[in-house]
Amino acid sequence: MASEGAGAPVADVRLEHVVKRFDDVVAVDGVSVEIPRGSFFAMLGPSGCGKTTTLRMIGGFEEPTEGRIFLGAEDVVGLPPYRRDVNTVFQSYALFPHMTIEDNVAFGLERKGVARSERAGRVAEILELVGLGGLGKRKPKQLSGGQQQRVALARALVNHPRVLLLDEPLGALDLKLRKQMQLELKRIQHEVGLTFVHVTHDQEEAMTMADRIAVMNGGRIEQLGPPQELYERPATAFVAGFLGASNLLPGTVEGPGAIRLDSGELVRADVNGRTGRVAAGVRPEKIALGAGGGANELAGTVSESAYIGVATQVVVRTKAGVMQVFAQNAGTGGHVLAPGSPVTLSWSQDATFVVDDVGGTDRDEEEVT
Amino acid sequence: MSATTADTAVVTSRLGVGARAWRFVKRHTLTVYAALAFIYLLLPIAVVILFSFNDPVGRFNYVWQGFTLDNWREWDAVLGLREAVTTSLQIATLSTIVATALGTLMAMAIVRHHFRGRGTTNILVFLPLATPEIVLGASLLSLFITAQVATGFGTIFVAHVMFIVSFIVVTVKARLVGFDRHLEEAAMDLGANEWTTFRKVTLPLLSPAILAGALLGFAISIDDFIITYFVAGPTQTFPVFVWGAARVAVPPQVNVIASSIFLIAVTIAVVNVIISSLRAGRQQQGA
Ligand SMILES: Nc1ncnc2c1ncn2[C@@H]1O[C@H](COP(=O)(O)OP(=O)(O)OP(=O)(O)O)[C@@H](O)[C@H]1O
Ligand SMILES: [Mg+2]
Repeated sequence: MASEGAGAPVADVRLEHVVKRFDDVVAVDGVSVEIPRGSFFAMLGPSGCGKTTTLRMIGGFEEPTEGRIFLGAEDVVGLPPYRRDVNTVFQSYALFPHMTIEDNVAFGLERKGVARSERAGRVAEILELVGLGGLGKRKPKQLSGGQQQRVALARALVNHPRVLLLDEPLGALDLKLRKQMQLELKRIQHEVGLTFVHVTHDQEEAMTMADRIAVMNGGRIEQLGPPQELYERPATAFVAGFLGASNLLPGTVEGPGAIRLDSGELVRADVNGRTGRVAAGVRPEKIALGAGGGANELAGTVSESAYIGVATQVVVRTKAGVMQVFAQNAGTGGHVLAPGSPVTLSWSQDATFVVDDVGGTDRDEEEVT
Repeated sequence: MSATTADTAVVTSRLGVGARAWRFVKRHTLTVYAALAFIYLLLPIAVVILFSFNDPVGRFNYVWQGFTLDNWREWDAVLGLREAVTTSLQIATLSTIVATALGTLMAMAIVRHHFRGRGTTNILVFLPLATPEIVLGASLLSLFITAQVATGFGTIFVAHVMFIVSFIVVTVKARLVGFDRHLEEAAMDLGANEWTTFRKVTLPLLSPAILAGALLGFAISIDDFIITYFVAGPTQTFPVFVWGAARVAVPPQVNVIASSIFLIAVTIAVVNVIISSLRAGRQQQGA
């Protein structure tokens, strides 16, 4: 506690080199992260990348094989879940089937010794908040999946924990309710000022809700930062591919601001201290059709063109690889390009990001999604 | 709805007699079959109850002589019957309580913890169910004799705990295998320590299985003759008493006790059904 630097805000949750092994499976492989108080933090990654395991270690249901976990200034490794000021919304809801909705929600308050009269008021209030007012007397089985999920949310929220852990809490909801609950969650989070750690494999959900996102892959954090940074400056090919579509062009660093593509062209980009084999990346919507879009240019031929209203999606075959372009239909007429017609693609140096080479040009087509 | 019924009636009247008979048979076969099955099951019990009102001439209550209420009024007129019934109830109650506590914990250990000897325990617990009672009884008796334990109430109690534990473990284990561990984690997450979690979440969810195992164990303890006979020593339980009596005389009071046990069991079952349907009704209203 004394070792905290003066004036530095104490992170609400801090993981230091946390490793979790199950026999021979490494579920979490050296995760370090600091989650500031009151922030909305999202962990994003494909199925099986270790999101739930990380969350369970914060909640106290698994002990890390290595590393330390802090809640505030306190090292909580070894503390049982009921001694951690953290509440969890489980991926499977885990509502108590033998209790009514009210009793489910009141469970935490009862443990804290909140008086019965106050309990009833707070339970009614939170059920109203999640849109389940009047259903308090039912049993969990008598609710739909989405309603159960909201009960799980209410049951955790009503305790005002220091940190709320959410394991894909919106997974069972339909799109409309999902959007509504996303906004609702954001609102609640602002209102009560809790720290939210939100696990999801839906990149759009993470982008719209989180202040900061950790993209996980294979038990490691690939990149951590605000949504905009992850999108504009992905650090790895995985992040670039997981958050939206991107074009990756393999090449070699030639100078602080230049990459020589394997096909011979020079691409201007801030290489950020990298040397050797890299890949230059650009998002499809940042590419202009025709010259004049920026310092980088590639010539190719149109192989497909699809008008989708707000934009035209064009696939262009270049010497460097297949490029995908989203051309905004801002003007009139659109970009009607016949397959086979020659076209020049251009984009700016700022729009270009650099990631480590993923090995082999054959990855290109996979990365274009 | 009513239109369809009318249509059917019209169609039926137009059918031939044979076809109508066939339809009748088809529609009522299951009912008749069920009725026969019930009669088969209940007839022996009916006879037992009937003969508890018999006024027998001589020592054996095998032939209907005439109706009387004396047997019920003076149910403990037979020497030793009251003691035997009391002993049976005491042993059944005690051994069920002890075996339920023990068996529930054993089931939890076997399902949830990977300890050395887990497989062996699993098999050992199952053995009393799979071994013929006559073998169990004989082995227990030789064990008690070798260990120089005087047979009696204590040894009956120990023997009954042994086989009731098996029933409890088997029923509770089945329930535990499908148990969602996240429920207990959720309870702890919400601030309940291990004991509160067990009391508020684990136990209520296991209780149907525990209760089923306990009732089964209790009934079998009351009923058990073979094992008990071996290890009873001078102590007489109700079945042992009946066995002894049957060699010289079967008083109708035996039927009275048997009928009472049956009636109590039926009453409990009926009350249970009423309570749970009331509860379901209240829930519907609450919803
Ligand atoms: N109790 C366990 N025993 C053994 N392996 C486990 C255990 N729990 C998780 N794993 C393994 O650890 C890895 C990470 O699992 P985890 O549940 O954290 O994934 P996740 O990112 O939450 O995935 P999802 O999006 O599907 O929920 C997986 O390979 C999984 O098989
Ligand atoms: Mg998960």
